[in-house]
Amino acid sequence: MKESNGVHTINQGLESGSKAGYSNKIFTLRPRLSPAEKGSRLFFLICAILAMGQMFLIMVFLFKEASGLFISKPGSPALSLVDFLGRNDWYPTYPDATFGALALVAGSISVALFSTFLATPVGLGLAAYLSCVASQRRRELFKPMVELLASVPSVILGLVGMAVLAPFLQQALNIPTGLNLFNASVILAIMAIPTIASLAEDALSAVPRDIQDASYALGATCWETIWRVILPSAMGGLATAVILGLGRALGETMVVLMVAGGAAQIPNSLFDSVRPLTATLAAEMGEAAIGGRHYQALFALGAVLFLTTLAFNLLAWHLSRRWRGAR
Amino acid sequence: MLLGYSPKARKNREWLALLALKLVAYVALIILALMIFYIVFHGFKAINFDFLTKFPSDFMRKGGILPAILGTLYLAAGSMVVSLPLGFGAAIYLTDYAKPGPLVSIIRLGVANLAAVPSVVFGLFGLALFVVGFGFGRSLLSGCLTLGLLTLPTVTAAAEEALRQTPQSFREAALALGANRWQAIRQVVLPAALPGMLTGAILALGRAAGETAPIILTAAAAFSPALPDSLFNEVMSLPTHIFNMATNGAFIEQTRVRQFGTALVLMALVLGLSLVAIVIRAKLIRRRKW
Repeated sequence: MKESNGVHTINQGLESGSKAGYSNKIFTLRPRLSPAEKGSRLFFLICAILAMGQMFLIMVFLFKEASGLFISKPGSPALSLVDFLGRNDWYPTYPDATFGALALVAGSISVALFSTFLATPVGLGLAAYLSCVASQRRRELFKPMVELLASVPSVILGLVGMAVLAPFLQQALNIPTGLNLFNASVILAIMAIPTIASLAEDALSAVPRDIQDASYALGATCWETIWRVILPSAMGGLATAVILGLGRALGETMVVLMVAGGAAQIPNSLFDSVRPLTATLAAEMGEAAIGGRHYQALFALGAVLFLTTLAFNLLAWHLSRRWRGAR
Repeated sequence: MLLGYSPKARKNREWLALLALKLVAYVALIILALMIFYIVFHGFKAINFDFLTKFPSDFMRKGGILPAILGTLYLAAGSMVVSLPLGFGAAIYLTDYAKPGPLVSIIRLGVANLAAVPSVVFGLFGLALFVVGFGFGRSLLSGCLTLGLLTLPTVTAAAEEALRQTPQSFREAALALGANRWQAIRQVVLPAALPGMLTGAILALGRAAGETAPIILTAAAAFSPALPDSLFNEVMSLPTHIFNMATNGAFIEQTRVRQFGTALVLMALVLGLSLVAIVIRAKLIRRRKW
């Protein structure tokens, strides 16, 4: 098992799980427990339950705060879930406020998909280069570089998007504003490349050495080995890397808040301004009255975001499990 | 079809494919490096003694970013106070106490999933629970707690990894000498695993320092005239300071240099921490005797 580098993946968590049984067999032979023993055990159990219980707490709080929007009360008619996600009228601050979040969902999906589309080939290429092509010395230099770049705070990338890429796009393409879907996707892609590359590199390195050697022994060239032997056998891990990258792009806030333009509309072209879910949350929470309908609607958006990333994560988990089973 | 496998075609394809891979890798790395260089280059213009030690004034156009630097340090340190004990405790439970079963699987899946929950959702959670629910208001305390919960999965996962890499034989040896489980952990397993666990913690610290969205929702003040003197004060922080200067007010262009200056300070802090962690880890791997 390789050292984790802060990018925690589901397969890491699961892989470590299989070894847990071993340690306990020895421990359970001891019949009587001292107070310190009991106390420490209880403390660690509480820590573990808290660490995981957050998951449920987050869910409970999101749903609790959001529920008011969907339940009818005097003075505030209930909104149906279909209207919330299916209508394109996000006017939360009007006297007669409406909360149709379709444009926000469309904004999130378009930015996440396009940035993943840009980042995937580069990220996978970088991973293939690092694990199969690069010399040992280059690899030892580049790998930490990629890891370092993965930790650049997103607000800094957002600043680069605003101050560098936006004016450039505006001039080069002669468009009214450089703050748009395209710009946000490029910056998000730059952000996602190290993540995807790092996870994909783990998947590629996990391919057993023997089958690579076997391929070379049969006379295959380096590229043929990558393309026909390593790639097929690392497919599950690579798919997991891309899905997790997509999930991250969907949840990233600062870049889209600063760079995507912020107009709540369904984009028609790559150079339209959009307002993804996360940007809406961060931008509008400050002005929403606590407990009001706008506040509830923002929590409902948070719940949508939470459930979506959860679904992506479970999908990645499922894929990596199936892939491990197949090997 | 056969033509594609002639020695010459194979050789050409090999050459082309490897060239393409190298090109992709180099271009990606160069773009990323250029970006960093750009920030460093422009950020340096803003940086001087006053910038690092004075309060901002005149709508952020003059003065420095001292309260933001200190605010970020407070927030990052405070978040570790929350996440280190909990994360290390959870990791010890998972590696050394838990019996494999549904509870452990659920905990592990929960922790892995939490690591992928968007930070803005943690911000919402912190807002509902700490700011409104417990009545802490937008404050340093709410921010630290929220960031602590946010970094908890990272800390837990890294600590678990480090604990797992401590050989089973260490535990067996301690137990064979008559230690009980807690003694074995405290005196044998922890000393061996601690550097690795701390490496993960340093990475989490860097992450906490760079997070923006949760801070906006739970702790941030656009401008505060004094340093926070209690846990219940609002604080300024480097990321939100960059965000505010870059998006609000009438002086976005005039403060551009200061935005990059602030970004450079933040990046130096975060990348510095990551670099320290990476170096420690490399040393550990080399020094490891098992």
